[in-house]
Amino acid sequence: MQGRAATGSDEILAVDGISVTLSGREILRDVTFHINAGEFTGLIGSNGAGKTTLLRVILGLISPSAGTVRVEGGLRRQPLIGYVPQRITLDPDMPLRARDLVGLGIDGQRFGLPLPSPTRRKQVDEMLEAVDATRFAESRVGNLSGGEQQRILIAHALISRPRLLLLDEPLANLDIGSEQEVVDLLARIARDQRIAVLISTHDMNPLLPVMDRIVYIANGRIATGTTAEVVSSESLTKLYGVHVDVIHVHNRILVVAGRREEALQHGDTESIVELM
Amino acid sequence: MPGFLSPLIEPGFFSNLPVQTALVVGGVVAVVSGIVGTFTVMRGQSFAGHSLADIGTAGGSAAFVLGISPLFGFVAMNLMAAGVMEWIGIRRPRGRDLATGIVLGAALGLAALFLYLDTTASSTTGATVNVLFGSIFTLPASMVPFIAIFSVVAAGIVLVMYRPLILTSVSADLAIAQGIRVRLVGIGYLVALALAVSLSAVTIGAILSTALLIGPAATALRITNRTGRAAVIAAGIGIIATWLGVLLAYDSYYWFPNGGGWPVSFFVVTLIFLVYLLSQLRFRGHSAARRRSTAAQAG
Repeated sequence: MQGRAATGSDEILAVDGISVTLSGREILRDVTFHINAGEFTGLIGSNGAGKTTLLRVILGLISPSAGTVRVEGGLRRQPLIGYVPQRITLDPDMPLRARDLVGLGIDGQRFGLPLPSPTRRKQVDEMLEAVDATRFAESRVGNLSGGEQQRILIAHALISRPRLLLLDEPLANLDIGSEQEVVDLLARIARDQRIAVLISTHDMNPLLPVMDRIVYIANGRIATGTTAEVVSSESLTKLYGVHVDVIHVHNRILVVAGRREEALQHGDTESIVELM
Repeated sequence: MPGFLSPLIEPGFFSNLPVQTALVVGGVVAVVSGIVGTFTVMRGQSFAGHSLADIGTAGGSAAFVLGISPLFGFVAMNLMAAGVMEWIGIRRPRGRDLATGIVLGAALGLAALFLYLDTTASSTTGATVNVLFGSIFTLPASMVPFIAIFSVVAAGIVLVMYRPLILTSVSADLAIAQGIRVRLVGIGYLVALALAVSLSAVTIGAILSTALLIGPAATALRITNRTGRAAVIAAGIGIIATWLGVLLAYDSYYWFPNGGGWPVSFFVVTLIFLVYLLSQLRFRGHSAARRRSTAAQAG
């Protein structure tokens, strides 16, 4: 981005000692991790592990019971963060073009009718180009495929030029082809615009080629570092509190829990629980 | 008047004061309903819109008992109902329809009481017909300023909150993340809806007002991909249907079976329904043509 001429240690997000208790249940405990500009971070965990809660704390929508969140050294302010929420269903009856939704990322919170502006139009055109969505810019958002909608939502989040982009399960319900396209797009954006990307998913495999850092969440606690550091039998056994095997198959990683010896002895696959 | 229109327009149409009032009020109310209705459909609040109309009958009939204009009864009752619906509906995420249903039931009980009192007090069924099916030709010209004020407020709320309304219709999460106070937008919208429904209730009747609110908007959504254009088209369909309805009702004075004219609301609602059917045919034709061309490419 313009003149921010960042070095590798240009810190964008600092999450320090976050704990969250919702209606008496502890969702997150002492979560600490930092993300730098241009870094692609995967927030990995099974359903209900607390991924969405953590993202909502970073957004300022949930107050933690302990700890602090800082974005880019300053106070937490909305324009610094772009957000793509989980599972948005866009109604095919809604009269809204893809380009309109992207434009609302600039000024959707303002009152009054929008005035036509060439600058705004150019900004929207450039953003559509950047996410490779020019082809369907004039189509109704509700009629687009899952992958196309995801690209429009990413453009909507990026057009206000945030420094941090949060995406909640953006790969859910995508076919394998568009899954890879969305991941490549996000990796390119992180690299080219030096935006910190934090993406939550229950399946880390599509992210393996591009992930700089992993935040692995289980039982309300996290383990963080590079993929090699975090996704090992030793570190995940510690996090889950049960024996965990990490199996590499054809460049994919399977995380499996269970009593390994017994399972191997009896050929009993039922005592093996696939965690991821 | 051009000669070729004379078979269509009975003599005295434009010089008749109730007709003039009906054209002005009907036109204004159609515009407000079109604008507000577009967002009612987008937000999936058609049930709330229809319920507010039914709930309003309690207010409209109470106004008759008190001897004031039904418009004030509709507005007061609908604003109260909108407030209660909001208050109940916020307690649970899926509580909106439930809240609407609860308020609807209670209000219809009141309506039954007041309509009974109206009928026994005046010994006619005029009040009931008036409240339920509208009375655009009996609106006194003195009500026009009030109708104008309520119209400006209802349309104004929607136009001021235009962009936040679209974003909250797309996704509440998306809107919240962009700093929009979703609850405030929801309350503002319910006020606009309560006013719009009250206005169309005095025009074409409480029971039929949903048709003016939802029909043109549902048609417009089929025709265009753009929110602003949808609102304009909905308003346009509403105006044409209302004005044609007024004209046909005026013309029908000597029609079957016994003279005295057919109700204007019948014509308005039927015209809206016909336009919707036409737009469906057009839409079907489009998608069928598209399927054929895709099949041809694939084959």
